Amino acid sequence: MGMTLSEKILSDHAGREVRPGEIAVVSVDLVYAQDGTAPLAIRKFQEMGFEKLRNPKRTIFFLDHAAPSPRFELSNDHAFIRGFAKRTESRVSDVGEGISHQVVAESEVAPGEVVIGADSHTCTGGALGAFATGVGSTDAAVAMALGKIWLRVPETIQVVVEGRLPVGVFGKDIILHLIGKIGAAGATYKALEFIGDTIERLDMAGRLTIANMAVEAGSKVGLFPSDEMTRTWLTRMGRPDEFKKLFPDPDASYEKTVRIDAQGLKPTIACPHEVDHTKTIDEIGEVRVDQVYLGTSCNGRLEDLQIAAHILRGKRVHPGTRLIVTPGSRRVYLEALKEGIVETLLECGALILPAGCGACVGLHEGVLGDREVCLATQPRNFKGRMGSPHSYIYLGSPAVAAATAIEGRIADPRKYL
Amino acid sequence: MKGHVWKLGDGISTDHIIPGRYFFLRSNLPELAKHLLEYERPGFSEKVSPGDFLVAGENFGLGSSREHAAIVIKMNGIQAVLAKSFARIFYRNCFNNGLPAIVCETERFEEGDLIELFLEEGKVINYTRNDVVFFPPLPRVMKRILDDGGLVEHVRKHKDLILP
Repeated sequence: MGMTLSEKILSDHAGREVRPGEIAVVSVDLVYAQDGTAPLAIRKFQEMGFEKLRNPKRTIFFLDHAAPSPRFELSNDHAFIRGFAKRTESRVSDVGEGISHQVVAESEVAPGEVVIGADSHTCTGGALGAFATGVGSTDAAVAMALGKIWLRVPETIQVVVEGRLPVGVFGKDIILHLIGKIGAAGATYKALEFIGDTIERLDMAGRLTIANMAVEAGSKVGLFPSDEMTRTWLTRMGRPDEFKKLFPDPDASYEKTVRIDAQGLKPTIACPHEVDHTKTIDEIGEVRVDQVYLGTSCNGRLEDLQIAAHILRGKRVHPGTRLIVTPGSRRVYLEALKEGIVETLLECGALILPAGCGACVGLHEGVLGDREVCLATQPRNFKGRMGSPHSYIYLGSPAVAAATAIEGRIADPRKYL
Repeated sequence: MKGHVWKLGDGISTDHIIPGRYFFLRSNLPELAKHLLEYERPGFSEKVSPGDFLVAGENFGLGSSREHAAIVIKMNGIQAVLAKSFARIFYRNCFNNGLPAIVCETERFEEGDLIELFLEEGKVINYTRNDVVFFPPLPRVMKRILDDGGLVEHVRKHKDLILP
């Protein structure tokens, strides 16, 4: 019987054929943690009695959440991480380099790999055809020490997306629509696998956005076939040799299939305080917005900034609203600079922050006050996430973010495109 | 050991359990632990007693992978978490830290009920309501990690992953 992408990759890394429901111990190709989870992972690693990393060259610590550090306690955590990395000859991606998931998508993750990250959005790497999944610090510490992890081989839900995406509708709208449809626990313990002609045409930026939010449906991984689009991305990132074609078998067995008609999709918004509380832009009504936040591991890519700049060019951010932009990585920032996107955004009134996770986790750089409303492109809108528990977060695409910044209320981007 | 029920609803995320704004306390766990569930239940860490249970609805622990969520629950003396369903990263994190996470029909418990967990037998006795709630046996891998006292202890003991 044929295999899904998850079953293929996990079988390859278990050294035997594995099937859904089995517990498999699999080798890990890449392990990473960020500044919020790495200190605990390092302490757990030490508690287990280890001194050496199994694969220091592919163990990376990202200082991206508190970047640069807003508090001395976090500066101390950063120093602790840097010291450990130096002693173990592993790697640090320091403040300003960017968000872990974006940086590894640019320079590390390759099709067919097993990637373990101590961050829930590690599943972003599924866009490149890697079994990439988030874990806690202890599981990451074990992967650092032993180069392996135990996983329950997940059943796979196939998501077939077909048809032409309407103007103003993006990867973000596909995944918000899906989560609204199946719910925040709709794929718990499962793998999502995306396929169909819409997916074939979807660029890597869109795929990364979809894979990033797989966890918001409870999923372990959100996998895409490795195809010509993957080759194009890897070539653009200067590592064409890492391309490997990877498709599910035609006779693979799926727990179920969910079909999405791309032509029928509209710009979609997740309303407070759950990601599956979705509405289309037509249903949203009048929602005044204090802050628009463009960036994060979900939508901090060049293509995201391009579409925002396209909509905002020659216009002004609404006086009642502030627009905060955080490029996903140093590379994205530089590319946006060279293309004149940074200039366009600054001219229209945006505020641009260094590459990193920024305000998404409520740590700094755009923390919300009581009763404030934010339209963000990030993957999560839980109560209190960006600051006050009495604030409200709506999620939408970068195009919605740009239209909203202009109008000062959640706005339909289609009229600007 | 008997303990009292603290009842929570559906969709309690790790952001609810320990908000992101306490990020800077993650290397100071005793201080972090004081903020357990503070949006949902102000003053919770002062009210909870050793041996109590957290009892939730669907998808308990969704969201961020922060293992600190499971750790501060344990540090507050909670002996086990019960829910209709768990998010997967949080579920692993609980067992990795020696905190049993039990899937059962939690609508049969109310706030303040006096209950007792029998892991081996797969049942929870509710003394307040004269009720016994059964649950399926733990997955073998979770049982092994729990029996070893968590994943750190397991790996320290075996210098490897020795899982059924």
